[in-house]
Amino acid sequence: MRKFIALGLVYAIVQILIMTNLISGYFQATLVTIGINIILAVSLNLITGFTGQFSLGHAGFMSVGAYVCAIVTMRMPTIPGFILGVVLGAVAAAILGFLVGLPTLRLRGDYLAIATLGMSEIIRIIFLNLEITNGAAGLIGIPQFINWTWLFIFTVGIVLLLSNFVKSAHGRACISIREDEIAAESMGVDTIRYKVIAFIIGAACAGIAGAIYASYFYYLEPNLFGFLKSVDVLVIVVLGGLGSLSGSMLAAILLALISTYLQSFPEIRMVLYSLILIVIMIFRPQGLMGSREISLSVFSKLGNNKLWDRFKSQKGGH
Amino acid sequence: MLEIRNMDVHYGMIHALKDVSFEVHRGEIVVLIGANGAGKTTTLRTISGLQRPTNGQVILNGVDITNVSAQERVKMGISHVPEGRRVFPGMTVLENLELGAYLRRDRDGILEDLEMVYERFPILRDRRKQTAGTLSGGEQQMLAIGRALMSRPEILFLDEPSMGLAPILVQEIFDIIQSINKSGTTILLVEQNANMALQVADRAYVMETGSIVLSGTGSELMSSDEIKKAYLGG
Amino acid sequence: MDKLLQQIVNGITLGSIYALIALGYTMVYGIIRLINFAHCDIYMIGAYVGYFCMTFLKLGLVPSLLIAMLVCTILGVLIERIAYRPLRNAARISVLITAIGVSLFLEYGTMFFVKANVRTYPEVTGILAQRFKVGNIVISMQQIILVGITILLMALLQFIVKRTRLGKAMRAVSMDRDAAQLMGIDVNSTVSFTFALGSALAGAAGILVGIYYNTINPLMGVVPGLKAFIAAVFGGIGIIPGAMIGGYFIGAVEVMVSGYGGSMFRDAVVFGILILILIIKPSGLLGKNTREKV
Repeated sequence: MRKFIALGLVYAIVQILIMTNLISGYFQATLVTIGINIILAVSLNLITGFTGQFSLGHAGFMSVGAYVCAIVTMRMPTIPGFILGVVLGAVAAAILGFLVGLPTLRLRGDYLAIATLGMSEIIRIIFLNLEITNGAAGLIGIPQFINWTWLFIFTVGIVLLLSNFVKSAHGRACISIREDEIAAESMGVDTIRYKVIAFIIGAACAGIAGAIYASYFYYLEPNLFGFLKSVDVLVIVVLGGLGSLSGSMLAAILLALISTYLQSFPEIRMVLYSLILIVIMIFRPQGLMGSREISLSVFSKLGNNKLWDRFKSQKGGH
Repeated sequence: MLEIRNMDVHYGMIHALKDVSFEVHRGEIVVLIGANGAGKTTTLRTISGLQRPTNGQVILNGVDITNVSAQERVKMGISHVPEGRRVFPGMTVLENLELGAYLRRDRDGILEDLEMVYERFPILRDRRKQTAGTLSGGEQQMLAIGRALMSRPEILFLDEPSMGLAPILVQEIFDIIQSINKSGTTILLVEQNANMALQVADRAYVMETGSIVLSGTGSELMSSDEIKKAYLGG
Repeated sequence: MDKLLQQIVNGITLGSIYALIALGYTMVYGIIRLINFAHCDIYMIGAYVGYFCMTFLKLGLVPSLLIAMLVCTILGVLIERIAYRPLRNAARISVLITAIGVSLFLEYGTMFFVKANVRTYPEVTGILAQRFKVGNIVISMQQIILVGITILLMALLQFIVKRTRLGKAMRAVSMDRDAAQLMGIDVNSTVSFTFALGSALAGAAGILVGIYYNTINPLMGVVPGLKAFIAAVFGGIGIIPGAMIGGYFIGAVEVMVSGYGGSMFRDAVVFGILILILIIKPSGLLGKNTREKV
């Protein structure tokens, strides 16, 4: 119950700040980027962090959702059209996730990474050459429906959905694949099925993130969804911790703020990202949060000294 | 010449070796027997430097080599024929043998030892141009032993040399082990085939779940009731 | 017919580049089972070092080539030492993420120092600028030199790997690391040596590309790197002759696809080949079909 009150408060405060113009348009865009990145990161975390399948193709799934939603809403610029666009975008991305997942999931680790990277590049090249996507020039003037309310609904909805999924029996099956695939199989976990499920859910969520992107920034071109976009998401997941949804959210917020700050120095931003990847892997491969989660009840206890002591002793302990 | 003092090994949470101590004197054949998973292979891997102990010391000829790297230990006279033979499958028999002498620079000495290995294992001479992956199990075992001899070791570790071989080959391998020992190489042998191993052993240690539980001369252990019941099938 | 022959000539040229880069991927994968994402950026650095030598130091082709190879060798060894060695026993995914990090670091670090814009190699003159006509096919001196140096380097590599002591150690470590250690082989220095060889070849590829295509930029390695990796997978990753065959195959496919009207889909075809191999025969053309050890 406390959870919903806290969420409601966050929503209301931001909504009031927007209505009173205390949050500028520029900052609103950052807010949308954060929401999109949270969705992308938690969904990639499901595939890579929880199920242990290294995917470098998240941008591909995102682009499918973005283009499908854009094409639908440009023909039906109404709220139902927008919802239809999001749904179709998610479905199309999920189908793609299934098609990619089924044959390539027999591959392990690094081969899967390269296969998903190849898949996402193929999609990008197809979008570059299709007429309906207007090729390299891209789509301009996509109707804008996304506002804070929609963003909040989608982001919170997906995070809640995924956090319930990973806590369920299905989620535990996925984690068992990450921990030891052979053991999971011998325990009776249908590993192929769960890997495909993780890919489908992850892809669908990435598709929704793409749809939100298209509908807020009203401009799409295939090169937005190159390898670097997938790496962006990977950096968030790695920084937050493979296997921690709240870590992904925290990292998404942190990195969005950093990139906003470094907007005019793109090289420095990428050098920083690259160093984050290297340093984290060498010195703290579990990421900021490891596989732990922070729950909302933690926030309500933040003033409590006991928690602070526990935090300190945990840090000293490990 | 080799002494193990209070050695502990952990794999993550698993305590694989618990306070293992034993010694091997120059010129002996010492045998470690025990069931699967008793820690015999881990013991050998730790002594040859492939596995780090969490505790304890390895002492070779009076020198503490616990923190010496595996390749340095080869230089100090240790040679290890690993479990499952582990020949380099894509290389020829000759290349495998040459790699056995990797750290040596004395060309003439190497050629001499190559000749010695060929005399001991004539089949290897016939197959010297063949890739090791195409050899039979017994031939691979001979290659693995021959390769280990190419470093002119003072002490030779053999990990389950009889595994997967036909009985007639097992007899042959044990004859070879004895003859290598006679020519002056100390031998530490790990075996599940306790019967054969105890026959050639000067002394033996019995391992169970990571610890040494019994020790004695080969003949003492052969006549021990406990050993008969547990390892000799009677 | 003439067109086909011309395409074959161009395919061999392009394939040489892919083969040189693919060798580094395959050797590193063979020895530490890592897709070294940063390898393609070493190639890019090679191109920049060559550019620097030829434009500012006014050096000739051969000294520039040697300097580029030397710098790349040092760079490759340093990368392994600093970024990969601490993770030798870590999960493979961790090392792969690190490799992506190193790749981005080289790309954007370079961009920070030399700016993103394209640089142009100095115009070739004299004997290098010559062109030969065989029937209706045109072969340039640059192509001959490029292919010639590639073949020379591949022969040299083959000699090193097959005949020298370090080459044998390299093969031993990639077949069985533990057994190699028991022979007295120093795994760390052997891995360094492998990175040195692969990086030197990538550096050579970089400067040869600079001379052949003239223009270079900090992200020039990304796409050829992926294709060279695909070439390595095609030939059977970890297998040195496989990388050579794969390089020429991918080069030929690419030239054919663009030569016969499909240039927009050139890259997609190559990635499609990758996915097909991975599904049909992940061990590649020369690889043995074994289930990956777990």
